[in-house]
Amino acid sequence: MSFVLEIFSIIAVSAGAFFFLAGTVGLLRFPDTLSRLHALTKADNLGLGLVVLGLLPRADSLSAALKLICIWLLALFAGAIVSQLTAQLASARRG
Amino acid sequence: MIQIVNCSVALLVLLLAIFTTVTRKVFAASFGFIAYGLLLTLVWVQLGAPDVALTEAAIGGGLTGVLLVGSASRLRQSEADGGVERPGLPARWIAAVAAAIVAAALALCVLAWTEPAPGLAPQTAASMGATGVGNPITAVLLAFRALDTLLEAIVLLFAIVGVWSLAPDRAWGGRPGRAYRSDPEGLLAYAARVLAPIGIVVGIYIFWVGADHPGGKFQGATILAAMWLLLWRAGLTDAPPINRRWLRLTLVGGPIVFVVIGFLGAATAGAFLAYPDGYAKPLILAIEWALLPSLALTLFLLVVGAPQRLATG
Repeated sequence: MSFVLEIFSIIAVSAGAFFFLAGTVGLLRFPDTLSRLHALTKADNLGLGLVVLGLLPRADSLSAALKLICIWLLALFAGAIVSQLTAQLASARRG
Repeated sequence: MIQIVNCSVALLVLLLAIFTTVTRKVFAASFGFIAYGLLLTLVWVQLGAPDVALTEAAIGGGLTGVLLVGSASRLRQSEADGGVERPGLPARWIAAVAAAIVAAALALCVLAWTEPAPGLAPQTAASMGATGVGNPITAVLLAFRALDTLLEAIVLLFAIVGVWSLAPDRAWGGRPGRAYRSDPEGLLAYAARVLAPIGIVVGIYIFWVGADHPGGKFQGATILAAMWLLLWRAGLTDAPPINRRWLRLTLVGGPIVFVVIGFLGAATAGAFLAYPDGYAKPLILAIEWALLPSLALTLFLLVVGAPQRLATG
């Protein structure tokens, strides 16, 4: 059982790291603000979500696991708000 | 594997430090500094110093970052006007040589370190019992080196005096900073309404666990100040006028309690800031409780800036 969880952790964290990498490449390569934001939020939402998912079986206690989930939810919320504000500013600048 | 991660983080910290120093753009330097602070947090975590990491994330990366970005946006106009003075070549060479000497001296110290590293950790661990607190960092900050913490709190008061002294005469006693009015149904107001209650709970929690676990008044107060700043920036609340008596009392309250307890120690335990036997923990907690509101208000007012709106009496 622990072996299966171990494999699950490795796969989920690696997938999360892949999304972070892809998001960073998108941030550097995409042409305009809105698509760069799109790339960045993928890294935050999916990447961090998968990393947290992979770390859940390794958490020491239930409260530690809940804290991990709370961190992901807070990052989701902050990411969504900040990217909306940035997008509003970008589209206002474009006129 | 972990060595590779450590080395890449150390390399990134170095590169960011160089970038922050070398870049000519004030905004880029400010954001470089924020990223530098966050990476430094990782370094402290890797070194097993979660208290320092928390402080670095809250104050080094977060609050100082906000202050720098605020200053950068004020400087933007003068930068665009070409009003930025560049130091001459000799001055830059002297600065570079001086910095290189300091870096070399530090590198020598680190490389010449003996094993085990010299330090006062064993003495701290041995004397912890007398203080009654479970977190050695708190014991150092509020018992063994309480004078440093007292001076830190007072330095912040001086910083507020410095910021306020920039106020124009007619605004003296008025509300500091700008009044933000944003759509009450808007995104920022929504974010502030959702995040502020969570942040206040987290801030008080970090303060509360500080006696026995990583955390404490500085980190807690920074989070509380950040939540207040969010509410102010979203237009849900305004900064209080600086001539209010409660505001002045809150600002000096923490340091005054600290000094009074210090003198009580001189009277009862024979030295300034010494705690009488058996009363160490309650006195330490009293100082922490008194400092929390003072620090939160001080940090909030430092970011908000000088009074610039007319005093309304």
